Amino acid sequence: MIAVRFVRAFLRFWYDFVIGDDWKIATSVAVVLVTGALLAHNTHLPDGATAVLLGLALLAAFVVEFAIDTRHRR
Amino acid sequence: MSAGVALGLVAATFVASFVEFVEALTIVLAMGVTRGWRSALAGTAAAALALAAFTAVAGYAIATWLPESLLRLVIGGLLLVFGLQWLRKAILRSSGLKALHDEEETFAAQAAAAEQAGRRMAFGLDWFSFVVSFKGVFLEGAEVVFIVLTFGQNARNIPVAAAAAAAAGFVVVVAGIVVQGPLARVPENTLKYVVGLMLTTFGTFWSVEGLGIARPGGESLTWPGGDLMLPVVLLAWLALSRLLIRTAPTLATPTPVTASQAKES
Repeated sequence: MIAVRFVRAFLRFWYDFVIGDDWKIATSVAVVLVTGALLAHNTHLPDGATAVLLGLALLAAFVVEFAIDTRHRR
Repeated sequence: MSAGVALGLVAATFVASFVEFVEALTIVLAMGVTRGWRSALAGTAAAALALAAFTAVAGYAIATWLPESLLRLVIGGLLLVFGLQWLRKAILRSSGLKALHDEEETFAAQAAAAEQAGRRMAFGLDWFSFVVSFKGVFLEGAEVVFIVLTFGQNARNIPVAAAAAAAAGFVVVVAGIVVQGPLARVPENTLKYVVGLMLTTFGTFWSVEGLGIARPGGESLTWPGGDLMLPVVLLAWLALSRLLIRTAPTLATPTPVTASQAKES
């Protein structure tokens, strides 16, 4: 019983830590990083171009996430 | 590690830790003032011990289990998610779409809850005060540990990161003793905005570098200009956040506040 409570509390802690109040942030970051990993694996773009492209993708993903989040606030 | 990265490491760790320690102090103060200091301080000490164990295990695991590029990807990714959560809240607060964080209000709410709670003794301690202090210090402290380990490990200088966090803790405790109340005058919302920007910047930089793990050979990707690109990434996030602060009120449509949104604020 104590072990189950500990595991639940441990998982809850990491859920709050990583997902927090807005699951869309973790999801958007995961999507960009997985796409980036595929890009790095399958293409031969120069390092600098890949890095800049992914940096811009992270900015764009945050804008989309924020726009969705903000739509129903006031 | 370049001087710029070292300075960024110290500044980010100090400010982030400072904000977390201020929040922990508010909780411990509320318990100490309303229910007595013995149990509140015992809870704080127990949390400090638990954090030391957590730090030792997590630090060992991070330093020994992961290859460099994977380490950068995992830590950078976590830092990025963590930083964007702070940045999102800071943008919402700055644009008026979310209530500002108020330590006096938090203190009053915690103190009211403490006064209403029943008194159950365990191991000679007031259990409510002990548990609330323990949880407050452990959860806020875990964020400090996370920041120290991730920043320190990726910048290859955990001692500097730990020293910056310890200095922040020392300043907050001394200020708490002097003020004898919650540190309401600390510009917490501004500090959280700064921390959000810094965590997001380093998270972006390192997670993208770490994606090199997907390439044959698994070497980290390199940004154009190396570490010199860090201020450019910071400026990009700063510019975007300022733009979002200006445009957020026009994006929002009036709707009733949901239970989860109310809980969030």
